[in-house]
Amino acid sequence: MTTADVLFYVFSAIALVSAGIVVFSRNLLYAAFSLLFTLSGVAALYGLLGADFLAVTQVLVYIGGILILILFGVMFTQRVYDLKAEAMSFKRGRAILVGLVVFGTLWSTARIVEWPVAERPLEPTSAGIGDLLLSRYLLPFEAVSVLLLVVLIGTVLVGKKEVED
Amino acid sequence: MVGLQHYLFVSAALASLGVIAMVSRRNAVSILMGIELILNAAALNFVAFSRFGVSTPHNPVLSGQVFSIFIIVLAAAEATIALAIIIAIYHARSHIDADKLQELKR
Repeated sequence: MTTADVLFYVFSAIALVSAGIVVFSRNLLYAAFSLLFTLSGVAALYGLLGADFLAVTQVLVYIGGILILILFGVMFTQRVYDLKAEAMSFKRGRAILVGLVVFGTLWSTARIVEWPVAERPLEPTSAGIGDLLLSRYLLPFEAVSVLLLVVLIGTVLVGKKEVED
Repeated sequence: MVGLQHYLFVSAALASLGVIAMVSRRNAVSILMGIELILNAAALNFVAFSRFGVSTPHNPVLSGQVFSIFIIVLAAAEATIALAIIIAIYHARSHIDADKLQELKR
């Protein structure tokens, strides 16, 4: 077992265990903070896969942006004394059953299909991604920038209207 | 030797944990966290295939990573809108219990 393999197991254990806490914790704030470790674990897996640019993007956008937003969401919508939020609706056993069915489907598909595998040498990816974004994927790139503008305006509208009421 | 299958396993497990969170949680923010888990699992799959998959001229090596970047951007947009809606609902009804939110308009 090489160092990279050991690192893979460590990082995926971190990601999966903390994802379990996100899903099953009764305290909402613990769940939100545990998401931090899940996202970092996935970022580390990106690093192991040789996706350096994506690993950094994951840290910047997910941990620096989305996670902070979610923490704000938790703290805005919960009174501090009832942070122990009613955890589960649906019987937990049935939810786990649904999860197991999903996992079985995904995992058996991954096992049955014979993926053509070719391992590549690790090399920097930023330049290649930039090239692709501005040539082959120019249209989706522009569509995404329009989407971000719409989201910006929409968020302000949704947030503002309710305050005026 | 860690290969494609290992990454597919991790990503399948992450996705099903996200599904469990979406199905079982009542708090709207927790449901949002479940969605983020699923999106992360999908992005991880794309990156794993971009590392281990076979590339052709029509399907360059880095396409998978570009897709993951789009997923991350869309996840950010989705989280922003979702939280704006959640906070608006909280102002209007002072709870965000997804089981009790059944009509679009009062």
